Amino acid sequence: MPDAGRESVRGPAREPAREQAREPIRVQLPATHEALAALRAGDAVELTGPVYTARDATHARLVAELERDGRLPYGLEGQMLFYAGPTPAAGGRPVGAVGPTTSRRMDAYTPALLAAGIVGTIGKGPRSEQVRQACVREGAVYFAAVGGSAALLARRVTAAEPVAYPELGTEALVCMTLDRFPAFVAVDTLGDDLFASARNPANGGAS
Amino acid sequence: MVDGSSIATAVRDAIRVAAVELRPDVAAALARAARSETSARGRAVLAQLVENAEIASMDRVPLCQDTGSVWVRIEMGSDERLGGDLHSQVDAAVTEAYRDGALRMSMVRDALLDRTNSGDNTPAFIEIVSRPGTGARVDVMLKGGGSDNASVVTMLDPAAGIAGVRDAVVNAVVAKGASACPPLLIGVGVGSTFDRVASLAKHALLRPIGSSGDPRAAALERELLEAVNATGVGPGGLGGSTTALAVHVETAPCHIACLPVAVNLGCCAIRSATVELR
Repeated sequence: MPDAGRESVRGPAREPAREQAREPIRVQLPATHEALAALRAGDAVELTGPVYTARDATHARLVAELERDGRLPYGLEGQMLFYAGPTPAAGGRPVGAVGPTTSRRMDAYTPALLAAGIVGTIGKGPRSEQVRQACVREGAVYFAAVGGSAALLARRVTAAEPVAYPELGTEALVCMTLDRFPAFVAVDTLGDDLFASARNPANGGAS
Repeated sequence: MVDGSSIATAVRDAIRVAAVELRPDVAAALARAARSETSARGRAVLAQLVENAEIASMDRVPLCQDTGSVWVRIEMGSDERLGGDLHSQVDAAVTEAYRDGALRMSMVRDALLDRTNSGDNTPAFIEIVSRPGTGARVDVMLKGGGSDNASVVTMLDPAAGIAGVRDAVVNAVVAKGASACPPLLIGVGVGSTFDRVASLAKHALLRPIGSSGDPRAAALERELLEAVNATGVGPGGLGGSTTALAVHVETAPCHIACLPVAVNLGCCAIRSATVELR
């Protein structure tokens, strides 16, 4: 019963997270809810298209604007947030090194942002139960990228356009265009959580 | 003859190298782990990390976008006499290395009272210890915020013993290790005082993987590594048999009532470099 998870927040036991597919699933951004709903925790993906960088200070500002205006600023509806603060661009490249920062620090802000129209987030490490439930409720996906691989990931960024908060430096809101950016589905729209299954000793860590 | 300017130059050069070149011992350990890892997803993550180190070196792009806070440990020969303001000289070297190297400015002026970016990645955190003779050894570590956030200091009762230390290490890894960019290099400090034990743990991260520390702690280090790898956290926290590349333990004397323990998690892109000055 593949749709059981849509009814209850944690549905009955489903098949365990799929072992990594031979070829990563290509996801075009901005992603439709249908495309996101087809993804399962554990899937390897390659993301292509726009994402918006936002970390601690950026989130505080975005949520303040959301609370003030009742909607997402800067055309963020339907878009994806990338928890990242790059190094300065150098050597004629669009960005410096760029990789995921710890998602947990953004957990407090995430349910409100997903409810307002953010369809996905990219970061590293596990999320709170509240975020997992919000992913189910809003049909959103959390992707985990590999921390510590920022030189490689930077090669998968083809453009970077400042959008807001330039005074925040590395924490500014920047629209980055990804080209086959590698990540894993960590929380899917059914609420399955790759980090929870990885932590489960019953899986022996060998997933 | 060592002076403030030779130390500052050593710090500047160490930052430049460490930001883009993965430590050879860590690179070798990642390559070994990529062969022994039992999870296919874990192997994919490890392969990505090995390729990242090659690209960083080739493109002269930082290994990680978090180019860290700067920790400098100076082991100073007791015959050396330093004039001048060493802290200012080192901070100037940090500023130069971060601006010229296009590294990320990741420091705020005050943790609580003024969280505006200092703009030049200063201040550096400097620790000075003494050794006999002349010359100096300068260790520089660029420490990521994510892995420091997952680190802990705890004061155990002496009766907790080795089992207590093991639990402290495993608990730290289970609690936040998945966010600290595994596979980890884990520094464990045991002993001294509340304020000093964290420094022991950090110092343990400097030791090259595969080199020996205190032979009395070697069996414990192996046991801790096995326990950490049995958690299943795995590369990237996405599951697997390689949660840590190594666990390094440094011990010290302490008070009869105490068993201080610090666990400093180092990430898969742990960046440090050492310069010997004569």
